[in-house]
Amino acid sequence: MPAERKVCLSGSGLTKVFGFGRRKTVAVDHVDFSFYEGELVSIVGESGSGKTTFAKMLLGLLKPTEGEIYFQGKKRDISTQKKRKEYWKNIQAIFQDPYSSYNIFRKIDTVLLDCIHMRGGRGLPRAKKLEMMEEACSFVNLKFEELTNKYPFELSGGQMQRLMIARVFLLKPKILLADEPTSMIDACSRATILDELMQLRDEIGMTIIFITHDIGLAYYVSDTVYIMERGRFVEHGSADEVILRPKGAYTRRLISDVPKIYEEWDLSTV
Amino acid sequence: MSNVILEVRELTTKWVTRFKEDIYAVDHVSLKVEEGKSLGIAGESGCGKSTLALSLMGYYFPPLHYVSGEIIIDGQNITGMKPDDIRKSILGTEISYIPQSAMNALNPTQKVISFIEDVVQAHDPYKTKQEIYELARSCFETLGLPASVLQQYPVELSGGMKQRTVIATSVILFPKILIADEPSSALDVTSQKMVIKMLKNLMENGFIKSLIFITHELPLLYNVTDDIMVMYAGQIVEGGSAKQVVFDPLHPYAKGLMGSIIVPEQGQRNVKLTAIPGVPPNLKKPPAGCRFAERCKYVRPDCKVAPVPLYSANGGRAYRCILSEETLRAAYLREAQRDAS
Ligand SMILES: Nc1ncnc2c1ncn2[C@@H]1O[C@H](COP(=O)(O)OP(=O)(O)O)[C@@H](O)[C@H]1O
Ligand SMILES: Nc1ncnc2c1ncn2[C@@H]1O[C@H](COP(=O)(O)OP(=O)(O)O)[C@@H](O)[C@H]1O
Ligand SMILES: [Mg+2]
Ligand SMILES: [Mg+2]
Repeated sequence: MPAERKVCLSGSGLTKVFGFGRRKTVAVDHVDFSFYEGELVSIVGESGSGKTTFAKMLLGLLKPTEGEIYFQGKKRDISTQKKRKEYWKNIQAIFQDPYSSYNIFRKIDTVLLDCIHMRGGRGLPRAKKLEMMEEACSFVNLKFEELTNKYPFELSGGQMQRLMIARVFLLKPKILLADEPTSMIDACSRATILDELMQLRDEIGMTIIFITHDIGLAYYVSDTVYIMERGRFVEHGSADEVILRPKGAYTRRLISDVPKIYEEWDLSTV
Repeated sequence: MSNVILEVRELTTKWVTRFKEDIYAVDHVSLKVEEGKSLGIAGESGCGKSTLALSLMGYYFPPLHYVSGEIIIDGQNITGMKPDDIRKSILGTEISYIPQSAMNALNPTQKVISFIEDVVQAHDPYKTKQEIYELARSCFETLGLPASVLQQYPVELSGGMKQRTVIATSVILFPKILIADEPSSALDVTSQKMVIKMLKNLMENGFIKSLIFITHELPLLYNVTDDIMVMYAGQIVEGGSAKQVVFDPLHPYAKGLMGSIIVPEQGQRNVKLTAIPGVPPNLKKPPAGCRFAERCKYVRPDCKVAPVPLYSANGGRAYRCILSEETLRAAYLREAQRDAS
């Protein structure tokens, strides 16, 4: 890791309130954060703690009630359609349900081709485009020949999520936000997906924000961990610091909730 | 010898698609669950876990068809019984089944108690509402759920509470065996833990005599069930005690699954996970030999020739591979040493 780490995305006092009066929910409550370039950061919290709301604000899909977001040191400005499009070139997302983000009537090779076009590769020779698509597929251990002409629903959930990662590989955004990308995937394909995320960080230097309720997964993949409890970041630090030497009771509970196999799993705590 | 609650012998069943193609999702499966014991079934999605659950209950409604084999529930051979009779006299009382994503299937316009009334009255139409309420209240309280849930609608409950409500309801008639199909896969870790605790409590509190727990999460099975069976492409490829299967797997596929376990425990951060390359075979035309051969690191020409039987191994366990226990263990040891250096 370089001595001078550059902040890629940061925020201060970021807040989102839904509803008002008796129905008011403070989903994200004055959070401060700094995510560095090329870092894999996990946001961990139980369901309803505000993770997805936080993610949507980072993506510019939800307007913060209060607070600021800074991208590469400058205040993020997505006030016009043009500026928003410019910002979106830098950030991509992968969600829980891989099928939800696809147009189900679009074949898989066109999905990948679109990515090349989005990066200004429309004029490239056909052979070059093919080569790029093949490279992206092999990055996620999928065989391009087996995908051509298929529709998304013909793939398994795990394959679909890897195809999402292949898209990100082609789009090469600065930041990837992955919101519970493995929660609908079986344990067997999960390891592959996590390893591919780590590879995006290592090989492309992407900043990855990984959102999960499972602190075990966060421990495995991340450099830095932020713990979210009822809209607030209650603890953050290196993965080893937070998971092996947790400070707060909430963090300790998140750790104790994950089944163990080497140590005794204490079931009396729920 | 203790009482066998469920015994399945060489059960084979198939799905018949609209195009009249056969999908053999359960292929010569044998298993036994004794009173007071629990069995876990693991394997990646599509390997046939849910089909096995339906099949061993005799739930043969098209497109699922019985092909061969025997099912014995607490001494009663139910092979060949009409599925309608199964529904009437077996389900709920002998076997209770919680299907995958059952918690989302609760009728949103029905209070929990009225849902329970339906379940109980289907078996005992003469039970009064008051009796059913008392039964439900005592069941919920024993299982650590507030009785107030009974008067609520499913939408008012959190995911974890909904799932625990479904489980409590499923045991209200004291079935001999409960089959829970991925009951915690859609929940966060905290709710999952409550569900697991409840499953463990069911037997201790006498609601059920034995449990079959289906999930692809091995650490969960390890913490809940006595024995574990690993399924691959419709077949059992490994079976043994939870400890044997998790810490000393024999079949290369089972070994691969163990290599994908992620736990937040000291020393586990930098372990290299093993991904199993490739995809399972198409069950419409499974390969002639070992079904895992295409993806196996240890494959030999012999593997692809003829179907591989399930071999018994030391310690009362079984595995489906032509390589000997010693050969497999030696290969795993070599790899571990190579990874460590
Ligand atoms: N569109 C919305 N309208 C009202 N409340 C919302 C909305 N989205 C989320 N919430 C509430 O905000 C809180 C945080 O939700 P969410 O960000 O989805 O949490 P997580 O992703 O950690 O499960 C929850 O209480 C949720 O009910
Ligand atoms: N209703 C059905 N009709 C036809 N095939 C089915 C049906 N349900 C499951 N299958 C097939 O049976 C196989 C096993 O599926 P399933 O038992 O659901 O696996 P698992 O529960 O392990 O994910 C799959 O190949 C699946 O396509
Ligand atoms: Mg969320
Ligand atoms: Mg299933």
